[in-house]
Amino acid sequence: MSIKEYRTAAEARGGLLVMKHTPGVAFGDRVLIKDHGGGRRNGQVIRASDDETLILVFEGVEDLDLESTWVRFLDEPVEIALSPELLGRVFNGLGEPKDDRPPILSNIRRPVGGSAINPAARTYPREFIQTGISTIDGLNSLVRGQKLPIFSGSGLPHNRLAAQIVRQARLKDEDTSFSVVFAAMGVSYADAKFFRDEFASSGVLRNVVMFINLADDPPVERLTLPRTALTAAEYLAYDLDRHVLVVMTDMTYYAEALREVATSKGDVPARKGYPGYLYSDLAEIYERCGRIHQRHGSITMMPVVSMPSDDITHPIPDLTGYITEGQIVLSRELHNQGIYPPVHISPSLSRLMKDGIGKDDTREDHPRVAAQLYALYARALETRNLASIIGADELSERDKRFLRFADAFDQRFVGQGEAEDRSIEATLNLAWELMSSFPRDTLTRMSETDLAKYYQGAD
Amino acid sequence: MTEPTRDTPRDPIRDNPRDNPRQGRIRDINGPIVTIVLPGIRNGEQVRIGELGLFGEVISLRGEEAIVQTYESTEGVRPGEPAVGLGWPLSVELGPGLLGGIFDGVQRPLEKIALQSGDYIRRGLDVPALDRTKVWEFEPNRELEPGARIGPGTVLGTVQETQTIVHRILVPPSLGGELDELAPAGDYDLEATIGRLRDAQGHTHRLKLFHRWPVRKPRPYLRRDDGVAPLITGQRVIDTFFPQLKGGKGAVPGPFGAGKTVVQQQVARWSNADIVIYVGCGERGNELVDVLETFPQLDDPYSGRKLMERTLLVANTSNMPVVAREASVYVGITMAEYYRDMGYDVVMLADSTSRWAEALREVSGRLGQMPVEEGYPAYLASRLAAVYERAGRVETQGAGSGSVTLIGAVSPPGGDFSEPVTSHTKDIIETFWALSKELADARHYPSIDWVTSFSGHVHTAAEWWHQEINRDWERRRTEALALLARDAELARIVNLVGPEALSSAQRWELEGAALIKEGVLQQSALDEVDTFCSPRKQFALLDLCLFIFRRGAALIELGVPVQELQQLPLLARTRRCKSMFNSDQVDQIEALKADAERTFEKIRLEYAQASASSAGNV
Repeated sequence: MSIKEYRTAAEARGGLLVMKHTPGVAFGDRVLIKDHGGGRRNGQVIRASDDETLILVFEGVEDLDLESTWVRFLDEPVEIALSPELLGRVFNGLGEPKDDRPPILSNIRRPVGGSAINPAARTYPREFIQTGISTIDGLNSLVRGQKLPIFSGSGLPHNRLAAQIVRQARLKDEDTSFSVVFAAMGVSYADAKFFRDEFASSGVLRNVVMFINLADDPPVERLTLPRTALTAAEYLAYDLDRHVLVVMTDMTYYAEALREVATSKGDVPARKGYPGYLYSDLAEIYERCGRIHQRHGSITMMPVVSMPSDDITHPIPDLTGYITEGQIVLSRELHNQGIYPPVHISPSLSRLMKDGIGKDDTREDHPRVAAQLYALYARALETRNLASIIGADELSERDKRFLRFADAFDQRFVGQGEAEDRSIEATLNLAWELMSSFPRDTLTRMSETDLAKYYQGAD
Repeated sequence: MTEPTRDTPRDPIRDNPRDNPRQGRIRDINGPIVTIVLPGIRNGEQVRIGELGLFGEVISLRGEEAIVQTYESTEGVRPGEPAVGLGWPLSVELGPGLLGGIFDGVQRPLEKIALQSGDYIRRGLDVPALDRTKVWEFEPNRELEPGARIGPGTVLGTVQETQTIVHRILVPPSLGGELDELAPAGDYDLEATIGRLRDAQGHTHRLKLFHRWPVRKPRPYLRRDDGVAPLITGQRVIDTFFPQLKGGKGAVPGPFGAGKTVVQQQVARWSNADIVIYVGCGERGNELVDVLETFPQLDDPYSGRKLMERTLLVANTSNMPVVAREASVYVGITMAEYYRDMGYDVVMLADSTSRWAEALREVSGRLGQMPVEEGYPAYLASRLAAVYERAGRVETQGAGSGSVTLIGAVSPPGGDFSEPVTSHTKDIIETFWALSKELADARHYPSIDWVTSFSGHVHTAAEWWHQEINRDWERRRTEALALLARDAELARIVNLVGPEALSSAQRWELEGAALIKEGVLQQSALDEVDTFCSPRKQFALLDLCLFIFRRGAALIELGVPVQELQQLPLLARTRRCKSMFNSDQVDQIEALKADAERTFEKIRLEYAQASASSAGNV
């Protein structure tokens, strides 16, 4: 089909434009819209039929008029140009430069929608990434090719944590750093600047591609931004053999933009007004991460999801948790006590940890140390609850020991400096130091060999 | 068409379309829902859409228009492109070569697709599920002579599909008549004729090593039987506390992170079924790869062969097209029924039925159907029930006995078990393994909650346990559950007033419950020894824990302080028992019990002496 132009707009509402009589337009195709002032906007066909075409306008439909709006169907999917020059650049959700430099010129162009990785072509992720953060490395280890979101709340230091991870993440015994794809949706100018400065000061800026949609940019563009960013990430990983860490913040704003468009399309809402396909839609994004047979690069993903009113059962964190391979949950309570990073380990989880740790990857006692710390901390939290009801003085000696452990754990194991890069050995040794405050018999998850080798307490 | 010696291939599904394929055109594309104009097409018929030839299925008709749900992404499809009706409903190929494979939601072989289209799945690929080039060694049924009356389910012969599984070649369910000829032993590919059958009308049918069956239609059987034997999974909290039967139906609901997938994978690994079908329905790609990579290396504890030889995977990961997700459950269960018809005990695991239900919701939403609960269509409950009803133990058409056990994971939003999918599922199933967030947060795995879970099969399972393992099984089970219930009650008191308010006997009850939780209920899937626990070992562990509790309680009644018992090294050893001794070392656990007996007896004597001498002093 050749490129066609029409002026048959019939409706404009909520980010959508309805065109009449535009035969032969392909579903998913890209369109260019010229408004009355000659301004250009971008769009995508989201429903195509004989008599009517529905267009999603990324820049929104504010002050369009129906008579003088021209729509040009470009007869191509929404694509992005790819080349090694991407690194160090800043783009918007459509892949247009945002840094006053010329657009990327390349004959490699790929549709941002991507397609599903064949499960039979995937490789199971099992290479331990040391982030230098005890609660992650020790208890919820990240592996290359994993998607591990940070569940946070407003005002919590998720951005600082994400930046610290970007700075410190590396494979054990290896010095190759990650290329970073940074996707910002609906974040404030200050947050975007924070990341930029972080990347600049740690000297990784030349290894970072940024896709940025600020809080005051058109929300509809957020729908395509993570897809554009991931298309770039796939290129870096599978064409250029790089290990890519994708940081996406904040998925909650993405989902809100999706709800906004779904509502104006008239989709049947499922929970809290979000459309029934929110799960599939999020999965299309998250599942683009992973490892593929015989490809050297990899995509590891760290999305930030802020939980509306700190509610982990809200549809966005809830559905995210069902798709991702675990989650790191930040706690307001720990944050208020001045503990950084305020990782609440109880609801945190890494599903891929089991194959990335242990004898050949980290240290032989690692799996049991993690299980034991979790069990002790769970018991310690119960004791803390009890103490808040009946008072700490009423506790037995055994319970008081748990109480002391809980405090030491929060302060020393969870808490660490923003510049503190702990090796996995340091993390495990610290764990043993804390566990050794208990009698040997309490540590039922540890094997006799572990106890003989690492236990430091007086028997 | 009526001459009696007609010898054309007659496949009841595919080789007998009504007419030539008919062609129409596309009118509207709304995501996976495409409206086509194609008069005369049937509901449920397969359609190829557009120039790419995307696969789809007619789900409703209106005048000359048909609504099609497509199993592939419709990006780039235009109104006006062609749509072709294929004349048959969504069906699967059933024959040797299924085991060990991985298929997508409409039974396309993913490994072969990877060879053809690379790391990503190209659209419009038409790859048959079964390998046409592979040759199988066919051994005919010696009892069949030409002229024999044969009917649906008659065993024509066998093929050794994997080292462990003998594939019985059956007369397809819809055929019957007189055997004209049966091929001699030898090597045949799937398209080769291995026999001819003449039906009552005098038509001759060519019989092959495989046939097709429409997935939405349950395969017929003679009659339903009651389940009799428990499905042994090697997981203590399941086998001992909430047993499942071969031919039963169960659900595993739990919020994310509670360990649904691990429970399902453990059942897939260790259950004593003949065949395991794992349907990854809208779940994570990396987890499926885990199964794909580890199962070929793991040994089947029963046959000693590789697990993958009895396993078959259906994979529709969460990012694959949503409509194929809806189909994947039917594709899986039809293959399960096929192996059942050969006389095997099959377990099908569906992870997760919530994603399947969401696929229904998504399609119904796009069709503008009236939602009832949380956006789900009104037919959710009846569809769910119809799927679960395909499980069961039956007398097959070949007069053997086979079963399909269906275990579905449920992913309730926010972990709320009152949501529609969980609550409708609960009405249908017989075993409910409810996973608890609290237990998972404390890393108590499997996090199957002993308070909210249930099994309707305890009495049937008890018969087996009493006969095979120990006559006290049901009594011990009840004793343990009662102790756990007491523990929950006491824990509430402790939370209000602290542990000091409890009597010694009550504190010993807490200790006993803790022993059962850590020594029996908790089981590590990652621990080499503990990951599988034989029924004999299960009973020995439970018996040991309860024995210690009972003897301790008796001592406390005599006045022995609870602290003294709590310090016994015996308790820590009992907790470690599960991972110290494997299933062949049950005698060691029993030795520990004898040990415990001596320890308690010693304390009792010391105490009796002490109290006697103190009485003497007075």
